[in-house]
Amino acid sequence: MTETMILIPGRTSEQGTALNKGKLKAEYQHETSMLDINTEDMERLGLQEGDRARLSNETGEIIVTCRGRKPEDLPHGVLFIPYGPPSSQLMAGETAGSGMPLSKHMEVKIEKVDV
Amino acid sequence: MSENIRTVKNATCTFCGCLCDDMELTVDLDEHRITKAKNACVLGRAWYAEHVIEDRPAAMIDGKEVDFDEAVEEAAQVLVNAKFPIIYGLSDTTSEAQREAVAIADYIHGTIDTTTSVCHGPTGMAFQGVGESTMSLGEVKNRADMVIFWGGNPAVSHPRLFTRYAVTTKGMFIPNGKKDRTIVLVDVRKTASDPVANIQIKVKPGKDFELLWALRALVKGKSIDPSIEKITGVSLATLEDLVDRMKKCNYGVIFFGMGLTMTRGRHFNSGALMALGTDLNEFTHFVVKPARGHGNVTGADNVVSWQTGYPFGVNFNLGYPRFNPGEFTTVDTLSNRDADAAMFIASDPASNFPKPAIEHMKRIPVISLDPKQTITSSLAHVAFTTATYGINTTGTVYRMDDVPITLRKAYDSPFPSDEEILTAIKKRVRELMLSKYGTSGVRGEAKVASLTPL
Repeated sequence: MTETMILIPGRTSEQGTALNKGKLKAEYQHETSMLDINTEDMERLGLQEGDRARLSNETGEIIVTCRGRKPEDLPHGVLFIPYGPPSSQLMAGETAGSGMPLSKHMEVKIEKVDV
Repeated sequence: MSENIRTVKNATCTFCGCLCDDMELTVDLDEHRITKAKNACVLGRAWYAEHVIEDRPAAMIDGKEVDFDEAVEEAAQVLVNAKFPIIYGLSDTTSEAQREAVAIADYIHGTIDTTTSVCHGPTGMAFQGVGESTMSLGEVKNRADMVIFWGGNPAVSHPRLFTRYAVTTKGMFIPNGKKDRTIVLVDVRKTASDPVANIQIKVKPGKDFELLWALRALVKGKSIDPSIEKITGVSLATLEDLVDRMKKCNYGVIFFGMGLTMTRGRHFNSGALMALGTDLNEFTHFVVKPARGHGNVTGADNVVSWQTGYPFGVNFNLGYPRFNPGEFTTVDTLSNRDADAAMFIASDPASNFPKPAIEHMKRIPVISLDPKQTITSSLAHVAFTTATYGINTTGTVYRMDDVPITLRKAYDSPFPSDEEILTAIKKRVRELMLSKYGTSGVRGEAKVASLTPL
C-alpha cells in the first residue's frame, strides 16, 4: 500500500548533539534516518514501530525507520524526519527564484519495505 | 584529567544564534579539551565536549597530506582559473574571516553566498520589501509580556532562548517571569516547545500565509468568515482571542523560524508576519525577529551587507556587486550547474543541500575549510582543517539581535583559523589576478587593488 504524504524535515535534540560528534558517525546517521509518523497512519499502511519504510518522490528515494507518534501530536498525513543526508535525497534543486529549496512540506510517497 | 587546568569565565558558546556569553569553561590544557561547560544547554555541552584536536592533516589535496603553502597555492589557482567560482558557508566562523571571504570573491569576480540563503534568506528578501521592527534580546527579557513563537522549535534549536530572554526569565518590567507573560506557539505539529506555551495553535501545513493574512484583517477591524477554520485548521474564535491579546499587551514579540521560510510562500510568509508586526504598532509596541540558527549567521549577513550592500547571494562578475536570489544563491548556482569551482567555509552543504546540488559538487573542484571531517570535506579537492571559533580562536560574532560579541578562546589549536587561511588565499589570489590582468587591470579594478594595501 502506497500513500502520498507531507514530509517535514527539522531539528531534534538528538540530531543537534550528534552532529557535534561528527556527521560521519553512526549516531548522527541513525538519528537522521528515523521517521516520525502518526500511529493511525502506520496502522493503515501496515507499519509497526521500528519497521522500515520507503519514501520517494521525483528527486529520489530513501529507506527510513518508523517511530510512532500519537495522532494528537502529529497530524494525519504529515511525516517528520530529523534533517540530514537522507532528507536531502528527496529535496529538489528548484528554488522558485528565492534561493531557498522547498525544504519543508515535501510531497513524498510512503510504503512499507518488506524485509 | 591532568593538573594543568584553566578556567575561562564569560566565554561565548557559538553553537546557535543565542551566543550565550555566560559560559564558565573548565579546560584541560594538557588533554586539549573542555571538561566542563557550566551554564551550557544540551547543545552547548555537546558542542564543547565533542570539540577536540582532530587527528587529521592540516591540509590535504585529493585526500593526501600536503603542506599549508601548497594547499593555499592550489586553492588560489582553482579560484582564479574558474569562470564562475562560488564561495559559500561562513555562518560558523568569525566576522574577521567573513570579511576576508568577501574580499576574495571581489578579487576573483566570483559569487559569495552564506547559509542564510537556505535559512532566513527569504526573510532577508522580505526585510527589503516590508522593513523590520526590531529590538535587542535584553528588551525582550525586560519588557516583553507577550511572546509568540511561529514555525520554530526553540526547545531543541535555541534551548536557552526561553530561560535567558523570552519565557521564564525575570526582567525590569516582568518581575514574575513567566507568570507575567503570555506565551503562544504556532506550529503544524506538537513539538518539544509546546509545554512552555499558554496557547498552542496548530495550523494546517502550508497555510501560514492564509492564517497571517486573516490575523492582519482582524487587527484592522475587518470581518473574517468562520470558514477560515476549514482553510487553516484554526477557529475564528481562537484568532479573535489572539488578536485581542496582541492588541492589549504592553510589549509583544514574535520569534519565527524555518517553518515559514522553508515552506511554500517563503518570503511572502516572512513578509506577512513582519507586516502583521507593523500593523500591531498602531495599537501597542510589537517587534518581529527571526530566530537565527548558526552561531554567527547574523554576522555573515552584517559583514556581507556592509561590504557589498546586500546580505547574501552576491555576484561580482561585472566588477561590482549584484544581488539576485534564485540566480546567485548557492543551491541555484550548483543545481543549475553554473558554478565551476566552489569554496565552502565552515559549512557542510554536501550533507543537507538538495540532491541535484550535491551531485554538482562532485563534478567541480571543491575547497573546504572545516574543523572536522564532514561529507563536504570528504569530497573536497583541497581540504583545510581549521581551529574552532570560540574554542581555539578569538574574534567577533553577532547574536541573533545583531549585538556583536568578542570571543574568548579556551585553548590553542595546532590548526590555523579560518581567518588565517583565507588571508593567505586572498594574498595569493590577488597576486595571481594582478599577474593575469596586469596592474592596469582588464576592467580597471586591479589598478585600484594594486594601490590598496592588504
